[in-house]
Amino acid sequence: MTRNLILGGLLSSLMLLAAAASFLWTPFDHAAMNIPAKLQTPNAQHWLGTDHFGRDLLSMIMVGARTSIAVALVAVGIGMGAGVPLGLAAAARKGSWLDEGIMRGNDLVFAFPSLVIAILITAVLGAGAVNAIIAIGIFNIPVFARITRGAALSLWEREFILAARVAGKGAARISAEHILPNVMNLLIVQGTIQFSLGILAEAGLSYVGLGAQPPTPSWGRMLADAQTMVSFAPHLALVPGLAIILTVLGLNLLGDGLRDHLDPKLRVARA
Amino acid sequence: MAFRTFAVAASSALALMAGSAWAKDGVTIGLQLEPPHLDPTSAAAQAIDSVVYSNIFEGLTRFMGDGSVVPGLAESWEISGDGTVYTFKLREGVRFHDGSTMDAEDVKFSLDRARGEDSTNAQKALFEGITAVNAVDPQTVQITLDAPNGSLLFNLAWGDAVIVAPESIDGIKTDPVGTGAYTFQEWVQGDRITLARNPEYWGDQPALASATFKFISDPTAAFAAMMAEDIDAFDNFPAPENLPQFEADPRFQVLVGSTEGETILSTNNKQPPFDDVRVRQALAHAIDRQSIIDGAMFGYGTPIGTHFAPHNPAYRDLTGHSAHDPDKARALLAEAGFADGFETTLHLPPPSYARRGGEIVAAQLATVGIKAEIINVEWAQWLESVFRGKSFGLTIISHTEPMDIGIYARPEYYFQYDSKQFQELMAKLNATTDPEARTAILQEAQEKISADYVNGYLFQLAKLGVAKAGLQGLWENAPTAAIDLSALSWAE
Repeated sequence: MTRNLILGGLLSSLMLLAAAASFLWTPFDHAAMNIPAKLQTPNAQHWLGTDHFGRDLLSMIMVGARTSIAVALVAVGIGMGAGVPLGLAAAARKGSWLDEGIMRGNDLVFAFPSLVIAILITAVLGAGAVNAIIAIGIFNIPVFARITRGAALSLWEREFILAARVAGKGAARISAEHILPNVMNLLIVQGTIQFSLGILAEAGLSYVGLGAQPPTPSWGRMLADAQTMVSFAPHLALVPGLAIILTVLGLNLLGDGLRDHLDPKLRVARA
Repeated sequence: MAFRTFAVAASSALALMAGSAWAKDGVTIGLQLEPPHLDPTSAAAQAIDSVVYSNIFEGLTRFMGDGSVVPGLAESWEISGDGTVYTFKLREGVRFHDGSTMDAEDVKFSLDRARGEDSTNAQKALFEGITAVNAVDPQTVQITLDAPNGSLLFNLAWGDAVIVAPESIDGIKTDPVGTGAYTFQEWVQGDRITLARNPEYWGDQPALASATFKFISDPTAAFAAMMAEDIDAFDNFPAPENLPQFEADPRFQVLVGSTEGETILSTNNKQPPFDDVRVRQALAHAIDRQSIIDGAMFGYGTPIGTHFAPHNPAYRDLTGHSAHDPDKARALLAEAGFADGFETTLHLPPPSYARRGGEIVAAQLATVGIKAEIINVEWAQWLESVFRGKSFGLTIISHTEPMDIGIYARPEYYFQYDSKQFQELMAKLNATTDPEARTAILQEAQEKISADYVNGYLFQLAKLGVAKAGLQGLWENAPTAAIDLSALSWAE
C-alpha cells in the first residue's frame, strides 16, 4: 500500500460516503429555501453555511455528490461498455479494415475538443443531466478503445494466447477469456482517472448551465451561482470548489496508487 | 538628442497629467445588452433605446426622467375642440446630423412609415387611430384621429415614434442620422458604440463632448469593470447582490429607482389547467412575493398585485387579493380537481430576476403540490417558443413598456387572456380624455385582471444604477429605456 493509494482512497471514499449518506440523511432538506437565513457563514447549525436562498450548503454538497457520481459513473460505463469491445475487436483483427475503421473513428472523436462537443450536444439535445452523461460518455469511448487495443496487441503475441489458438478457440472467445482479464488492471486504473475527469466535465457543463438543471443540486452550478457573491460571501464558492478539487485529487491519487499496486512490471521495478 | 527625447517625453507626460487634472468631458457607460441594430422604429429591443433615445433620435414629444412628457421637436400644439385633430408647431432651425433640415415632411414620413401596412414598428398599437398626418406648412403638422385619444402625446414620446429622415432611412440600422444632441461615431461590434456632441444641435449644448456605451453582459465582468473604474456608470446593474459594496465605497454612488417593468409569473391562460381561474388563483396564493424580492433581487423591488406601476398616480395596491396563503392555494387546487397537484413547465429567460426568481417560485409552488419543471432558455428561444409559439405553462418576465395594461385586451398576446369585459374597458379608456375618468377606468382595469388572476403579479423591477460619485444628471427612474446624455455632467 502506497501513500497515494491510502490518501486517494480516503478522499474518494469520503465523497462516496457523503453521496451514499445523502440517500438516508442530510442535515436539512437540500431544496428547502429559507430566505431570511441566507448567506450565513459556517456555524453550529449550518456546518458549511447557507447559500443565497438560505439553503444548507452541506446538504447541497452531499446531494450534489450524488449528481456528480451518477453522471461520471454512467459516462465511464458508456466509455467502457463501447470502448473495450471495440478495442478488443480491433486488436483481434489487427491491420484489417475493421481495425482501421475503429481506430480512425477513434482519431476522429479524439480530434474534437471534448468539452466543446459536449456543449454542442447539450445545446442541440437540450440541457440536462442525461444529455451531459451522453456527451461525456461518448468521449470516453476512444480512450478505452485505445488502451484496450494497445494492451491487447502485445498479449496476442504471447505464448499462452498461441496455446489457446492451437486449442481451437476463436478470436472472440480468446478476447473474452484471456485478453480481457489481462487488461483489466489497466482498465480499472484508467476508469478511475476517467471517473475524475467525468466529475470535472460535469462540473464544467453545469457551470455554464448545461448540466443538471435546478432544483437538482450540482457542484458546478453552485460555483456559477456563487460567482457574483465571491467578494462578500467567499464560502459559497469555496465549498463546492473544494469539493471538486478534493474529489478529483482523491480519484487521481487513487488511480496512481492502483496502477502502482496492480501493474506487475512496476512492482518488480520497485522491488 | 537623448535629452530632447526626454524633454518630449516629459512634456507629453505633463500634458497627459494636465489632461486628467482637468474636468473630464466624456463618459463611458456600461450596458448589459448590445443592441441588435440602431433603428428604434423597427425593433422592441430596449438596448436600442438606451443608446439612441433623445441622444441621436428625438420625437415630437419626449419623456423626462420623472416620467413627465414635455415638448420635443414640437414646440407647442393645439388640440381641436372634439379632441380629434392635433396641430403641432415644429421648432425652427432643427437639422439632421447630415445637414438637412427637419420639417413637416419628415414628420409625415416618419409617422406614416411607423403606422403603415408594411411597418415593422414593434409598437404599432401606439399609432392606432391616426387616420391622417398632414404637412400644413414646413413648420406645422396636423394629426387627425378617428376618435379622441387621451394618450397621443404620451404615445408620441416613445422611442418607437422618433422622427427620421427619408434621405437617411436606408442606413439607419448601422449609421443612424437623427436630430439629437449627439451624433453617431463608431460601433465596434461586441464591444462599444461611441457618440460625439453635435455642435449644430438646436437646443442647449450638452456638457459632455463624447460618450461611449460599453457592452458587458457578464455580471462578474461588470462588477470588475466598475471597481477598476474602466466605466463611469452602469445603467442597470445586473447583480443586485453587489450594490452594498458600491454603497460602502466612497468612489461610487448607487441610484435605486423604479422602472416600468412589472415582473410577472406569466401564465398561459389557454393551456389547461390554467384555463381554470381557481388554478390561477391557487398559483397567486402559493407565491410569497417578499421572499422572491429578498432572494432574487436582494430586497430591491416593490410588490405588485396587478399589472401597473406603483409610482403611477392611478395605481391601486391589490396585493391583498393574492396574499401568500398556501392552505388556501391547496384548497383551491382540490376544488378544481387537482388535490394531488399537477406538473407544468416554467420557462426562464437569462436575467437574474427570472432565473433566481424562478428557482424560488418553483420551490414555493412545490409546497402546494404544483411541480414546475424549470427550463432555462436564452432570449431568442424565449421569443420563439414562449412569446411567439405560446408553448409554455409558466414563465417569468418583466414587462418594461410604460403603461402597458392594454396588452390584456389582446387575446392573441402570449398569455392569451380573453375577456370581453376587459376589452370594452380598454376601448372606453381610449375614447376618454378626461384625466379623472381615465384614472377611474384604469383602476377598474387593474381590479379586473387582479380578480381574474390572469398572471401571478410579483414585483415592480427596480432600476439599479451605479455611477462614479462625481457624475451628475443620471436618471434615477426609468420611465422608458433611455440614457439622457445631454443631462450628464461631472462635478468640479
